[in-house]
Amino acid sequence: MSEKQYKLVTCKINGKERSAMVDVRASLTDMLRNDYSLTSVKKGCEVGECGACAVIIDGECYNSCIYLAIWADGKEIETLEGLTGENGELNDIQQAFVDETAIQCGFCSPGFIMEAESILRTGEIYTDEELRKLLSGHLCRCTGYDNILRAVKKAMNERNGKK
Amino acid sequence: MIVGKSIPRIDAADKATGRTKYTDDLCAKGALVAKICHSTVTHALVKSIDTSAAEAIPGVVKVVTCFDVPEHMFPTAGHPWSTDPSHQDICDRHLLEKHVRYYGDDVAAVIAEDEIAASRAVRAIKIEYEELPFVLDPEEAIKDGAPLLHETFPNNILKHTEIKKGNLEEAVKEPGLIKFDDWFETPTVQHCHIENAICFAWEEGGRIHVTSSTQIPHITRRCVAQALGVDWGLVRIVKPFVGGGFGDKQDALYEPLCAFLTTRVGGRLVKLECQREETFANCRVRHAIRYHIISWVRKDGTLVARKVDCWSNQGAYASHGHSIIAKGMGSIPQLYPCENVEINGWTVFTNIQVGGAMRGYGMPQVTFAVESQTEDIARKLGIDPLSYRRKHVMPKGFVDGFSKNELYYDSFNETLDLGAQYIDFERKFKEYQNQTGDIRRGVGMSVFWYNTGVWPISLETSACRMVMNQDGSIQLQVGETEIGQGADTAFSQMAAETLGIPFEMVHIVSNQDTDVTPYGTGAYASRQTYAAGMAIRGCAEEFKKHILDVAYRYTRMQPYLMDIADGNIVRTTDGRVLMSLGDLSLRLLYDMEQNEHLTMEKSTQIKSNAYSFGCGFAEVEVDIPMCTVKVLKAINVHDAGTLVNPALARAQVQGGMSMAIGYALSEKMLYDPKTGKLLNGNLLDYKLSTFMDHPELEVKFVENPEPTSAYGTKALGEPPALPLAPAIRNAILNATGVPLYELPMRPHLLFKRFSEEGLI
Repeated sequence: MSEKQYKLVTCKINGKERSAMVDVRASLTDMLRNDYSLTSVKKGCEVGECGACAVIIDGECYNSCIYLAIWADGKEIETLEGLTGENGELNDIQQAFVDETAIQCGFCSPGFIMEAESILRTGEIYTDEELRKLLSGHLCRCTGYDNILRAVKKAMNERNGKK
Repeated sequence: MIVGKSIPRIDAADKATGRTKYTDDLCAKGALVAKICHSTVTHALVKSIDTSAAEAIPGVVKVVTCFDVPEHMFPTAGHPWSTDPSHQDICDRHLLEKHVRYYGDDVAAVIAEDEIAASRAVRAIKIEYEELPFVLDPEEAIKDGAPLLHETFPNNILKHTEIKKGNLEEAVKEPGLIKFDDWFETPTVQHCHIENAICFAWEEGGRIHVTSSTQIPHITRRCVAQALGVDWGLVRIVKPFVGGGFGDKQDALYEPLCAFLTTRVGGRLVKLECQREETFANCRVRHAIRYHIISWVRKDGTLVARKVDCWSNQGAYASHGHSIIAKGMGSIPQLYPCENVEINGWTVFTNIQVGGAMRGYGMPQVTFAVESQTEDIARKLGIDPLSYRRKHVMPKGFVDGFSKNELYYDSFNETLDLGAQYIDFERKFKEYQNQTGDIRRGVGMSVFWYNTGVWPISLETSACRMVMNQDGSIQLQVGETEIGQGADTAFSQMAAETLGIPFEMVHIVSNQDTDVTPYGTGAYASRQTYAAGMAIRGCAEEFKKHILDVAYRYTRMQPYLMDIADGNIVRTTDGRVLMSLGDLSLRLLYDMEQNEHLTMEKSTQIKSNAYSFGCGFAEVEVDIPMCTVKVLKAINVHDAGTLVNPALARAQVQGGMSMAIGYALSEKMLYDPKTGKLLNGNLLDYKLSTFMDHPELEVKFVENPEPTSAYGTKALGEPPALPLAPAIRNAILNATGVPLYELPMRPHLLFKRFSEEGLI
C-alpha cells in the first residue's frame, strides 16, 4: 500500500520537451519545483485555495497544487520562468506589475501573472468587474488588489492597442 | 532629490520573473523533513507516547517527543532583549509540551527522509492524555476555580496594569453628565501571509545555522539560543526574501524546534515547513480583546471622565503578551484627551492558540471600540461626527508625558479635510439619515493614532554598514528586514540621498545573516524608515566625511571645499568635478603607498518616537433583508510625515485597508466551544478579503515632515489597518440607525441586531 510508484512523465515545459520519473502521488507543483527547479511555482496552501502555484496547462490556467504531476504527461506547461525572455526581458504583464507597484512581498505574484497571461491571451477586453472575478481565485494579503487590477488592465489595453 | 520619488521597488523585476528566492527555494534537495505531531485535545497532560509504530515506518529517521526536550523554558516574542530581568519576555515554552494547553499544541516531532514518511509517522504516534478541563474565554479564565494553564500565573492572569489620571469618582458627580456604557468585542484573526512559516536548520563548524522566513533575524537568534540553552554566538540565522509577515513572523515560531531537531540527527539538514492549516492553527493570531468603556460626557461633547476595563485573550502561551493590550490602553487618553481616567487591562491565558504581534499591535481593537463609542456620543448629542472629532480629538501641540511624542501640526484636521471631501461626507451623512426601504446607504469615519517604534518602552536601535566597491557603488546593510513592504527600496533611496550618489549605485544586501548583518532588531512597530533611517543617515554622513577626507590625498583640496554629488567628488566653490567616486575608490584600494578599503559602520540608538495620524472614511450599502454590507467607497488619509517613495507608500496603505475591511466584515477564527478546536483554519473557510470583496481603495497623504526623524518619516506600515473597521461600523449606523458592538459585522451579527432593532 505504501510502496512508492513512479511513472515517466513526458511533457513540454516552457517550450522544451522534458521527461522525469515522478511519484504518482506528487502534485504538478512538486514536480515543477523539485524536478525542474521552477521555483516561481509557489506553495501557499497546496489545496487550491490561494492560487500562488498557478501555471498554464495547454493554454488554461490551473492551480498546479491540485493537479497531479502524472496528468501532465503529454501536456504543454508554462510557468512564470517561461514568460521571461531569453535575455531576462520582462513581458508586458510582468512589466506592468513592476510599473504599477503591483508587487510587494511577491509570493502571490507568479500566480497572478500567469492567470493574467491566460486571461489576456483570449484577446477579449474585460470590464473591471469581469477582471476582478477572473482574478478572484488568487489571494494577496499585501496589496489590497488595486494595483494588480491596474497592472492587468494596463497590459490588456496595450495588447489590444488601446491606451 | 531621491527621497520622495516613486522609484519602482528594487526587487520588483526579480519577483515578476520568479527569480527571487524565498526560504523553501533555497533549501537543498535531500533535506530531511520534520513534521509536528499536534495534540488532538485542548488541555491535558501527556501520560505516555508510543512511537514504535511511527519509528517502524520506512524513511523515518527520528521521532522526538516532549519527554526528550530540555526542561528549561524560553520566550518567543520578537522584542528586543532587556538587561533588566523584570522587563524580559516571559519564558513559558518548551520545544515540545508535556502539558498541552491548546488544541494543536506541539507534542512530538518526526524527522524523515521525505514528507510522506514524516506525515505517516505523525499519524502513527500514539499519545495517552490525561485530559483537563479547559477555558476559552478570558473573563471565564480569570475566575477563581477556572482551569489553570500556567502554575506561576494565578487566575491565568499574565499581567494586569492600570492607568489612572485625575479623580474619576469626584468628576462623575458633576451634574448633567450623560453616561455612555458600552461593551465591544473584537475577534481572533490571522495574518494570512501567503508564504507559510518555514525554516531549515543544519550544523556546521560546531554551530547551528537556521534559514527562516522571519521578520526578526537577530531576535530569533537569541530566542533559538535560549531555547537550546547554548551561547548566542553558536546560532546563526539567515533571512531570505519573505512572503509576507504582518507580525506573525515577529516571533520565534518553529525556528527553535527546527534548530533542536538538527542537533538530534547529527546536524543533518532538517526542513520544517508549516502547512497552511498549521499557519492558521499553530502560529500566532491577533488577540481578541473585549472592552467595557464607560464615558461621562457634557452636553457639548466634552469627555469629563472615562472608565475602561479590557480583557485580552492571550491563548496558551505568553508570546507578545500584555504589550498588545497595553499599547491600546495607552492610546485612549491621548486620542481624545480626558482629565479623569481609570483604565484597567488584563491579559489572560486561555486554551486557544497563541496571540502575538499583528499589524497594528492592539490598535485595530481599541480603535474599533473607541471610535464606535465616539460615534454614538456624537449621535446622541446631535453633533455631526466630523465636527465632534475636530473639536475633541487630540489638539495640535499635544505632548504625551511618557513618550514625549508631540502633535506638531494640525494633522487631524488636515487629514479629515481630505477624507471628508473625497467621500462627500457632510452632504451624504445628512442625506442618508432616516432612510427607509431594504437597501440603505451610509457613510462613516474614524480617526487613528499610532506610535513609531518602541522607545521608550524598549530599546530602539539600528546599525548600518556601508562598503564602497571599486566602481564607487556601495553595499548597504541594515538589520531591518524587507518583508514585502518595500524597506530595501526606501533604505536605498535614503542612502543615495545622503551620500550624494545615484540610486543605482546603492546595492542593498537584502537578505540578513546574523553572521554578517550589523545589529538591528528587525521589521516591526512601523519603525523601519524611522529607526533604520537614522542609522542610514548617521552612517552616510560619517562615510561622506571620511570619503572627502581621503579624497584630499588625490585632489589636494581641503575636505571642506568638497562635496559628493551624483557619484562624483565636486569642488563646492566652483562646482568642478574633481574625480568620480569610482576613481577614488579604485585608486585608494590599490594604492601601493597607503591603501584603504572604504567602509563605515555606525550603530545608532534612537531615543525619540513620533506620532503618526490620520483617518478613514467608508461609504456602504446595507441590504437589510440579506443582512449584508457592501463597501462602495473607502479612503484612508495618512500623515506619515515625508514619504520616501509615494507609490510604495500608497500600496502599503491599500494593503492595510484590505486587511481592515476583512477585519470589519468577514474575518474570524471560530473555535468549537465543546472541543476548543479551530473550525475554520484554512483559506477557504476563513474569509479574508478577496479581489471581489472591496472597491477601489483610495489613499491620500498629508506630508508634514516629522521633526525628530532623519528623513521626516514616521509610522506607515501598520496604521493603514486601523480606521476602516470602525468607519464601516459607523457607516452602517448612518445607514440603518443600528449600532454594532462586535466584529466582524457578518450577516450572523447583522441578523441578530436587525432583529433586535425591529428592522427585520
